Amino acid sequence: MAQTRTIAVDPITRIEGHLKVEVVLEGGEVKDARCSGQLFRGFELILAGRDPRDAVLLSQRVCGVCPIAHAVASALSLDAAFGIAGAIPHNGRVMRNLIFGANYLQSHILHFYHLAALDYVDVTAAADYDGPDDRLGSLRDFIARGQLAPFLPRYEGDYRLSKEANREAASHYLRALEARRLAHEMCAVFGGKMPHQVGIVVGGCTETVTADKVAAFLSLLAELRRFIENVWLPDILLVAEAYGDYFGIGAGVKRWLSYGGLELETEETDLLKRRRYFPAGRVEEDLRCQPVEADKIAEHLRYSWYEEATSGRPPAEAETTPAPDKASGYSWIKAPRYDGRPYEVGPLARTLVAYARGDAAVKADVDGLLGRVGLGGEALFSVLGRHAARAMEARRLAEAMEGWAMELRPGEACCEWRRPPESGSGVGLTEAPRGALGHWSEVQGGKLAHYQLVVPTTWNASPKDDRGQPGPIEQALIGAQVRDPENPFEVVRIVRSFDPCLACSVHLLTPRGRELGRCRVL
Amino acid sequence: MRQAEKVVEHPAVWFQASACSGCVVAVLNGAAPTIRDLIVDQLAPGRHVSLRFQQTIMAGAGEVALELLAAAEEGGEGYLLVVDGALPTAAGGRFGLAAKQGAHTTMHARGLELAAKASAIIALGTCASYGGIHAAAPNPSGCVSISEALREAGIEKPVINVPGCPPHPDWFTGTVAAVLLGGTGGGQEASSCPTDRLELDVVGRPRRFFGRLLHDLCPRRGDFEAHKFAARVGDPGCLYELGCKGPWTHADCPEREFNHGVNWCVKAGSPCHGCVEPFFPDVSCPIYEKIGLAELPRLVRDEAGGLVAVARPRVGDR
Repeated sequence: MAQTRTIAVDPITRIEGHLKVEVVLEGGEVKDARCSGQLFRGFELILAGRDPRDAVLLSQRVCGVCPIAHAVASALSLDAAFGIAGAIPHNGRVMRNLIFGANYLQSHILHFYHLAALDYVDVTAAADYDGPDDRLGSLRDFIARGQLAPFLPRYEGDYRLSKEANREAASHYLRALEARRLAHEMCAVFGGKMPHQVGIVVGGCTETVTADKVAAFLSLLAELRRFIENVWLPDILLVAEAYGDYFGIGAGVKRWLSYGGLELETEETDLLKRRRYFPAGRVEEDLRCQPVEADKIAEHLRYSWYEEATSGRPPAEAETTPAPDKASGYSWIKAPRYDGRPYEVGPLARTLVAYARGDAAVKADVDGLLGRVGLGGEALFSVLGRHAARAMEARRLAEAMEGWAMELRPGEACCEWRRPPESGSGVGLTEAPRGALGHWSEVQGGKLAHYQLVVPTTWNASPKDDRGQPGPIEQALIGAQVRDPENPFEVVRIVRSFDPCLACSVHLLTPRGRELGRCRVL
Repeated sequence: MRQAEKVVEHPAVWFQASACSGCVVAVLNGAAPTIRDLIVDQLAPGRHVSLRFQQTIMAGAGEVALELLAAAEEGGEGYLLVVDGALPTAAGGRFGLAAKQGAHTTMHARGLELAAKASAIIALGTCASYGGIHAAAPNPSGCVSISEALREAGIEKPVINVPGCPPHPDWFTGTVAAVLLGGTGGGQEASSCPTDRLELDVVGRPRRFFGRLLHDLCPRRGDFEAHKFAARVGDPGCLYELGCKGPWTHADCPEREFNHGVNWCVKAGSPCHGCVEPFFPDVSCPIYEKIGLAELPRLVRDEAGGLVAVARPRVGDR
């Protein structure tokens, strides 16, 4: 009988936040996996009782990597609660898309180069570099000084790129730091600053449109488009060529979900029916697109550190009370399920939904990639499929953003500014860079009575549900081969392909009293 | 940058507690110095920050990463500790878990251990400095700042607070530069405490960045004096009537601007929401409601002589 061994990777680094992963190995194969969120923050309770307009700026602080996604979901939810979802000015809608799109570019570049790439790229190839690339010169001098953290140590045993390819990609690692910084400068043009923008508010945006801002935005966008086309997409192919087996590793649950996002109109106030840049839908392996019905989403709690009274109920009815001693619990993340099933969310899900709905640009990208690597469609359901979907999505989005920027109308209104209503409620469903994101808000007496979030990583990094079905990352790990338990590089490659964002695992507490007034600060 | 003959390696450890990673991303946004200047190249000739542990960017994971942290802790070289995020204390600290070699512990306990052995501590961001949004009412996870945790544990360690939600990258890199260069000014290492060369204000912030009232630096101050107030966000005029917290916020945002000088809150038509101040966000909420000049938050001494910020006792009507 094969020997069984459990290994824990804690912390999983190069992701956002605090995640621990345990895998049970039998004869080198993962037989079971447990994804464990390590932090509980109670953001939703913090929001309750406040001026509803504050939720946009406060809820984005859930996550410093994707704050715009939360600001947008919050604004969509509150636009509806304020009764102005159909009245957002043209400029406000377009500006939100531009700020949001710019952060997509930032987040996706950061993920590939600064979170994932060191699993594939060996920066030590710069050690004896003597050419003219100043970035490689920097790395060479760094290595020569002898203190190699934070680039080493690492899991060893599977760096496959040639020396030249490693050098090129290592140089791109530093160049990508500049690219992602420029993407945040784009956000700041219309959003004031990043992270944690101030421009997106209930009703639209606070910035004004002038030709010089549009030109500044377009200039930065052009630089980003050059980077994506000439650097990033070739690097994806470079990695794909050397690590082709990762087109067959890490498939997961093979069910994908997208709420849709980036508004192309505001007249239709049902977000799941609205014309949006990212279409809404669900697909399985057969790539037939099914509609998303918000009332089929439920949260399971058996394996999370919460009391189970409302397990299996929809988010709006969820009451979540921490139970850190619960014996069956192993994560601070809940397990959202759609119609009782786990779903993967994120760039691959958006790509497959758009493909299934016949989006010509997506089809051209996907078919082009598959032709290039000579593989069938199932190759997309993989570690490399996720990386490629992210990069191709960034290219298409950047192209679309250029058109949107030209739709801005200098001098026209950007915001329908209102005081909070006496009562109202709204649902803000959108797509964060990491996938389906929902904010649910309820206003009573002019204050937030209830606020609830279900975030992308809650779907992807969820623990088992009440029926014992593993979450998408867990499922992607099960069946994987781990060659060397001391260097489980396969495990981190699979986990990172989902771009987990643990900060977003935020949950409601049953409201109790509050204290405020004095606090020691020094 | 000129290569110095002998490069001093300054070990640094970045500990992330209850945080959103916004502070990490903000530091990546630095334009001068850049992140490349900060951790790959020498921040100043002969001075290199050797970032031993930073879990958002480091190559190693799991035990491989934890060994680096243990080596920095036990190595006897000392290290600059950067704390990002607040420390959860409720439920015995179990709302925030932290990995440690051979054990599992809490962020609170681990943060204190790392702080006790650090040669200097920078609390990066408003959460690490004052609790920030993680400690916002009703503070569900019992979050405290690193200073407060140290004080409650009876550990005496100076902490430099670099608040902001998130901070301007210059505030951080400028503080790191001061810590690195501060010990060399007098020929001999004049002090074992590198923090005393940075003049700090009453809430532990470097005066060079947080020494002046935003309201006094604001380009819309003329509108305030002339009583030209914006009625809606995005309107020209002073944003005071829309809840601008500039009158009590101490930061050089109007001069420095964010994201390589592209923009900042008021310039974007949005009121300052006071994100660098103790008690943010509670003292700033409702963000878009005017606060009377007589109601500004104030700092007082408590009976034990400690400094206590007294907030206006309200967040909405709760």
